[in-house]
Amino acid sequence: MAGCGQVTSFPVLVEVTLRPGIADPQGATIERALPALGFDSVEGVRVGKAIRFTVEAPDAETARSRVDDLCQKFLTNPVIEDAKVTIE
Amino acid sequence: MKVGVVVFPGSNCEFDVVEGVGNAGGDAELLWHGDSSLGDVDAVVLPGGFAHGDYLRPGAIARFSPIMGAVSEFARGGGPVLGICNGFQVLTEAGLLPGALQKNAGLKFLCRSVDVRVDSTRSGLTSGASAGQVLRLPINHFEGNYTCDQHTLDALQAEDRIVLRYVDNPNGATDNIAGICSPEGNVVGLMPHPERASDELLGSTDGLVLLRSFLAVADRV
Repeated sequence: MAGCGQVTSFPVLVEVTLRPGIADPQGATIERALPALGFDSVEGVRVGKAIRFTVEAPDAETARSRVDDLCQKFLTNPVIEDAKVTIE
Repeated sequence: MKVGVVVFPGSNCEFDVVEGVGNAGGDAELLWHGDSSLGDVDAVVLPGGFAHGDYLRPGAIARFSPIMGAVSEFARGGGPVLGICNGFQVLTEAGLLPGALQKNAGLKFLCRSVDVRVDSTRSGLTSGASAGQVLRLPINHFEGNYTCDQHTLDALQAEDRIVLRYVDNPNGATDNIAGICSPEGNVVGLMPHPERASDELLGSTDGLVLLRSFLAVADRV
């Protein structure tokens, strides 16, 4: 195959969020504080984390499958968290 | 009979556990997380603290420590394993106990004594206690809010695996859960610290009944 053995470095963004229905004490605290600071009409605050890194892979599909595996085994706790993966 | 207490980088209750086990009449030695063997110990304790700085999530990195392979094998073979506080978090991340420990409702780090009730005596930690017995034990955590899906909760309840419940829930834990055990009862995790209630000087000896149960089970294995 053409370009045999070549790998590309893919920038990855993983957004980790609490699964729907899991209580988010940080989000709730922020939401409660907002009106006192003059920010009204803000609802549904949920706090998560963003993890950026690069992964080397022969193609985007392989990169995604490696990152999915990484999310499942390490970057998220599937009991309480979901991950949204963006290969950039 | 010897208890092994695993030290991760960031553990800070390992000496308390060694003292507590001593107060309960047992012998304990420290094990390093980077070793891949448990040596000749008869029981294992994962102590409290902040293993690997609690980076990413409490227990998330600790579960990849070399010694955790041996701990899992020991647990699967029926060996008594106890996770206290951060150790409980490590056991859930390692899949040795179900569920997860979320941030406390109210977002406060809680450091005080609370009443917990023994609700099941079928675990290695509670076999010497009486069902309904209330113990005064210290808690010291930010992520102690036990969370699991409904299916897991149903199973825990049906199989009598909720060993300790808070009398007055301090952290939002599902079903007031302070401690649970594996289906066989040999793996136990709890947020309160029995080792810090093991001498009159500490203000309470209520933890001794738990530590003695654990030692008695380790002696029989």
